[in-house]
Amino acid sequence: MKPEALLHPTPAGLFCPIGGFHVDPVRPVERALITHGHSDHARVGHAKVLATRQTLDIMRLRYGEDFCGEEQAAAFGEEIDVEGVRLSFHPAGHVLGSAQVAIEKDGLRIVVSGDYKRGVDPTCAPFEPVACDVFITEATFGLPVFHHPDPRQEIDKLLTSLKQFPERSHLVGAYALGKAQRVIRLIRDCGYHEPIYIHGALAKLCDYYAAQGIDLGDIRPATIEKSSPDAFKGAVIVGPPSAFQDRWARRFNEPLIAFASGWMMVRQRAKQGGVELPLVISDHCDWPELLSTIEEIGPSEVWVTHGREEALVRWCELKNIPARPLHLVGYEDEGD
Amino acid sequence: MKAFATLLDRLVLTPSRNGKLTLLADYFRDTPDPDRGYGLAALAGGLDLKSVKPAMLRDLVLERMDEVLFRYSYDYIGDLAETISLVWDGGAKDVIDDDHQPRLSEVVTKMNSLGRTEVRSAVRDLLDKLDTSSRFAFLKLVTGALRIGVSARLAKQALSDMSGKDVTEIETLWHGLTPPYEPLFAWLEGRADKPVLATPAIFHSVMLANPVEPGDLEKLDPADYAAEWKWDGIRVQMSSYGGTKKLYSRSGDDITGAFPDVVGSINFEGVIDGELLVGGTARSNNPTRTFSDLQQRLNRKTVTGKMLDEYPAFVRAYDLLFESDLDIRAETFFERRRRLGDVIERAPHDRFDLSQLVPFATWDELDRIRISPPDPVIEGVMIKRKDSPYQAGRLKGPWFKWKRDPYNIDAVMLYAQRGHGKRSSYYSDFTFGVWAETPDGEELVPVGKAYFGFTDAELEVLDKFVRDNTVDRFGPVRAVRAERDFGFVLEVAFEGINRSTRHKSGVAMRFPRIARLRYDKLPRDADRLSTLTAMLDAKTG
Repeated sequence: MKPEALLHPTPAGLFCPIGGFHVDPVRPVERALITHGHSDHARVGHAKVLATRQTLDIMRLRYGEDFCGEEQAAAFGEEIDVEGVRLSFHPAGHVLGSAQVAIEKDGLRIVVSGDYKRGVDPTCAPFEPVACDVFITEATFGLPVFHHPDPRQEIDKLLTSLKQFPERSHLVGAYALGKAQRVIRLIRDCGYHEPIYIHGALAKLCDYYAAQGIDLGDIRPATIEKSSPDAFKGAVIVGPPSAFQDRWARRFNEPLIAFASGWMMVRQRAKQGGVELPLVISDHCDWPELLSTIEEIGPSEVWVTHGREEALVRWCELKNIPARPLHLVGYEDEGD
Repeated sequence: MKAFATLLDRLVLTPSRNGKLTLLADYFRDTPDPDRGYGLAALAGGLDLKSVKPAMLRDLVLERMDEVLFRYSYDYIGDLAETISLVWDGGAKDVIDDDHQPRLSEVVTKMNSLGRTEVRSAVRDLLDKLDTSSRFAFLKLVTGALRIGVSARLAKQALSDMSGKDVTEIETLWHGLTPPYEPLFAWLEGRADKPVLATPAIFHSVMLANPVEPGDLEKLDPADYAAEWKWDGIRVQMSSYGGTKKLYSRSGDDITGAFPDVVGSINFEGVIDGELLVGGTARSNNPTRTFSDLQQRLNRKTVTGKMLDEYPAFVRAYDLLFESDLDIRAETFFERRRRLGDVIERAPHDRFDLSQLVPFATWDELDRIRISPPDPVIEGVMIKRKDSPYQAGRLKGPWFKWKRDPYNIDAVMLYAQRGHGKRSSYYSDFTFGVWAETPDGEELVPVGKAYFGFTDAELEVLDKFVRDNTVDRFGPVRAVRAERDFGFVLEVAFEGINRSTRHKSGVAMRFPRIARLRYDKLPRDADRLSTLTAMLDAKTG
């Protein structure tokens, strides 16, 4: 069987005609496999959803009780049969609950890795390499310029700045699912135990992480009613980056804008976003991790999706690994 | 290197002046000698470092990297130094921890000791040993493109903040010291006495004036001030002591070699501040000639006999800083001027004269005088407090410049190019034109280029117009729609206008900038080339 017969791109997303399911579809479908809870991958309105328990929980938190018609939870490593196609979910190390999906039929196995990373992250299960014939990799940071440093070194920058500018409120931009909780956990691991204030958009997810056993320390809502603006002097406030352009941010004293993202590697990105303190912390693979993952798994073919596809395809060519770009649309950089 | 690189990374992204000062002062306080001194030199523009050509850097990176992957990377980042700093594959080597990376002082000493054939391997080796952000700082230093929004003045202010010493005191010493400025830091930290300058024949930071803003003068008593003409030449400083005679531009560049006629005529000792001009002194009864005549003598290392004959240079003296080796900068303007008058009286009459005072009783009277000066080479008046000491830098209060209002024309946007740095995603460099009679009828001819004067909000508008109305592309340049009844009219202000053989229109503007966006006008309402040539004629006539 040709791999394209088992799985191929369609306008709705990757589709398996034999099993009758899509992976991370961008529009409502009959049966969806969801790799993780970021909104460009996990959308509302599918009839049936198959995902890890945590991803289902996160979808419910974000979209409400009736986010889909019928849900089914997959445990890591458990084999599930759908119309004769064998499916299994494996940790992707991206955010809490994130999974790769292995799709197998007649001895041909395709792994859809979703978004993934290889760096250490205490807030989710680490990536597990799965042997396969076709490996579908993301390429969000698929250019040789991207090298993510040790995230603790980045947090040290934040802690140094807090000492250097003790009167300023340090606003750390971090996406609500995954990055925010990871950043808070990292700040704790670097020895900072003051209260951390969070934007309302983060509250439910932070509570969920804590309920899943990820200790975030003393976190408090960043609401002005309960305290004077002086309360936020020299404090760390974590919120979604979009909130910092909003009137919401005006309540803080001389805010100093930090942003935790892999994009912060690029000075121009930081500058254009008005970011004073870029923290290069990513939940995706950097370039060396993408390459080493492909080398480690050793698939006979690589399909490349969302991100800078052309550079990774070029690298595969140079290594004599058959590779093609999938040109899927609808996946943003939201996860980072 | 690491501390300097971290400082650069923060400075680039810190918009507030106070924030920058905190970062700079912390750096100077925490970084050991001699590294901080070289860092200071790099920021203040005084670092002498062997430069490296971008082509060599590109060769070095392609030794290790696929060309296509490099191109993708460079296209994405858009800055060569940053791209190389990011893609450089030092991965094969052990990562060197921060404490053992080459220090800034080592890098400077090493680079400056290299022979021509050694540069390539030394740069490769340094790139291997530095981490990403230090590589970036290193590449910016050796390619001479350190653009981080820190002026020499701001760096000196940070030294003042860190030490509590007065910034004018630091300015006064500045040009007598060289990197890595160890005696300066020792004094700032109270570990040594104030450094003593060896000779006054060095460059001393000049005193600058602020433009007159609305409301400035009403608060001041005209009796406290004197006025003199502001001549359209270049500001210079002459230093002569113990047989050493030097001519410096206002930024401290040594231009002695290009003006042997002036320097050779110096018969005094001391330091004089004045205007370099071409033509005859007032005492020789020959007219002062225009800036475009002076330009024939500028930016040259040497000068021919013919140039000396055709474009004789002289200095119109404004001020005296040192009388022989005596520092008189703390004296009043009038006292310094009195002594300056004695020096100039004894100096050769064809090469030196004294700037004349312009008598006035009220600000209104001075305003009328300013608008219609008696000589076309005058560009306004200078207003100086009679009791002002000579203080380096641009202090608000003691000195003002009050220029004739700049010229204005309405021109049509013809081409646009993307800017650099913060503006790299905007079309922010605009070529504009005016109507001219050509063999093919009336056409728009380019007359200049401007890339500032507009607000960020206006830039959004301009950028959108370019993107929506592109008719052609030439590499990075876009041609935009510019027809009689459709196009974008820009009001362009400029300081002066000269004849030019280089531009097709035959004129060249000085300091053109976009004064206003004229949404209210159509291209057919824009000015004609004849308006510009009339300005030329008015000026020379």
